[in-house]
Amino acid sequence: MSARTTGTLVAETVPPAAIPVRQRARKRRSPWLGLTSALIFAFLYLPLVVVVLYSFSSTKVNAWPIKGYTLDWYRELIADRDIHEAVQLSIIVGLCAAAIAVVLGTLTAFALDRYDFRAKQAIRFFVVLPIVLPGIVTGVAMLAFFTLLGWPLSRWTIIIAHATFCVTLVLNNVIARLGQIPRTLTEASADLGASPQQTFWRVTFPLVRPAIIAGAILAFTLSFDEVVVTFFLTGREKTLPLLIWGRLRQGISPEINAAASVIILVSLAGVLVSNRLSKGSTFGR
Amino acid sequence: MVTATAGTRTSGSRLLTDELSIQLRDLYKYFGETPAVNGVSLDVRDGEFLTLLGPSGCGKTTTLRMIGGFEHPTSGSIWISGQEMGDRPPYRRPVNTVFQNYALFPHMTVGQNIAYGLEMSGVPKAERQQRVAQALEMVRLPHVENRKPSELSGGQQQRVALARALVNRPSVLLLDEPLGALDLKLRKAMQLELKQLNREVGATFVYVTHDQEEALTMSDRIAVMSEGQILQLGTPEEIYERPRTRFVADFIGQTNFLDVTVREASGDTAVVELPGVGVMRVRRPADGPVSGPAALAIRPEKIALLQDVPAGTPSGWNQFTGRLDEIIYVGTFTHYLVALPQGQIVTVHRQNRAVGEAEHRVGEELTLVFDPAVAALLVD
Repeated sequence: MSARTTGTLVAETVPPAAIPVRQRARKRRSPWLGLTSALIFAFLYLPLVVVVLYSFSSTKVNAWPIKGYTLDWYRELIADRDIHEAVQLSIIVGLCAAAIAVVLGTLTAFALDRYDFRAKQAIRFFVVLPIVLPGIVTGVAMLAFFTLLGWPLSRWTIIIAHATFCVTLVLNNVIARLGQIPRTLTEASADLGASPQQTFWRVTFPLVRPAIIAGAILAFTLSFDEVVVTFFLTGREKTLPLLIWGRLRQGISPEINAAASVIILVSLAGVLVSNRLSKGSTFGR
Repeated sequence: MVTATAGTRTSGSRLLTDELSIQLRDLYKYFGETPAVNGVSLDVRDGEFLTLLGPSGCGKTTTLRMIGGFEHPTSGSIWISGQEMGDRPPYRRPVNTVFQNYALFPHMTVGQNIAYGLEMSGVPKAERQQRVAQALEMVRLPHVENRKPSELSGGQQQRVALARALVNRPSVLLLDEPLGALDLKLRKAMQLELKQLNREVGATFVYVTHDQEEALTMSDRIAVMSEGQILQLGTPEEIYERPRTRFVADFIGQTNFLDVTVREASGDTAVVELPGVGVMRVRRPADGPVSGPAALAIRPEKIALLQDVPAGTPSGWNQFTGRLDEIIYVGTFTHYLVALPQGQIVTVHRQNRAVGEAEHRVGEELTLVFDPAVAALLVD
């Protein structure tokens, strides 16, 4: 009896942190959790699965069940010159926006991490704001602004607009990473005789690089998919999402399904790589 | 190499001699309004193993960081090998540091970590490789050169951090609680190894710890710190056997404190009265109290606990009786708590030399016997 009492006592006094994570998770498991999770994921991802399946459907009209499978729509997609141009433009816009975002976002992150200055909080707020603003607000505002300046709408106006919210992504990624790097690492570098410049290139930058790349990939993905802001700021050219939007007026063609499937694939790959890099190596033990 | 000899004290007037490795002069460091280091002056001899010992927040780490150049003193000066450091940044100081959490670069291999300092000082590649191999040998960790720090155990990372610092052959090595994250067995082994390394490489070691046992084991001298000041500086023996203040006596080892009244003081001895017990002869430090109430410190293992006082006991030894209140068996020792007539409790430690040694019983009247030299009046 007394032994059992001691046993329970000991079990109860073990701090929560000492219990292995897996064991803790098992304790709380209920059948409802699994079910609701499955439903939520189905809600999120079933439409995507359906689009991908339709893209292989041999009938011209989207109909369930699928009667036969074909790669014709992908062949059509490859042959479609408008789509080619749209994809090309989307890639150019995405790369340029991501490049601007990487430069500005990384520099801002370092400034915010390293220095204490009066406008710090304000700057942080105003840099993050564009990603929170509805696209329609950004779009209208930018359109008014460019008109005021007398700039003709072109791919460059799209790039500038995309860069405004892409900066936020890079900044957030890099600043989170900088916060994780223990100060003792840069101190150790200085202690071993490295000048501040050497410390930056040999220690800080290599440790931050995965976060910069991850931010760049996210920025590209976001720019690639963007519709609303682009809609306001595009000139004669159309990005891929805009082209798809335009064609939808004639009904959802299987070719659009194929294009959507490709976009899903590219986005998925981008997010996966970005996630992988963000986790990267961890610090401390 | 000059090793500290027991009983010597550095004198403040000795500036800029070859023997001194580090000199701290009236060092102050304020963080806002709070002083972290509040007037520290200290001479560290060349090749010495000096420990800054104290509880957390006593200023020991801040002092170390100022020597390393990671913090700038609010006022005061730091000299290393006869040169004033002033505003010199860490990368221009002849010191290397072993950080508390090792601070190994996670994106470099062990070999790259160790070679980093050599690379920065422009050592050619062939020599670099040779010295990295030597350094790993020195910390008894060969064959890990191409691994990443994350693949090593805590103890191994600790050794790599040591190798990374020592490979640069610094004249001063700073160690900031480097063994804190290791388990007890490993810590004990590393303590001895550090001491050996100090002798082998001849560099001055400045070691920061809050662990008094660690300090006693490794140091040539210990500076006990509290509230940003050095309370006592001396060899482990001096610090343990002759603590000057209540804080030092209490922080290092276990001590019986008795409130007494000083009746007579002459030179290094004094006669004090313990209320309800009687008078006894004790040791008095040079600047100790000469009259009135004072505190007396006696280490528990210095007191003999006897049923009858044997015939050979020196006549000058203090004797008084008490009633045995409690017996605590702790393995190597047994602790006896003895109650004096006015309720004061004196703890006596006795080593358990034999199995089944005749034990005292609780409630027994026993005599406490001790040499006057082991009971010391405290300065405060």
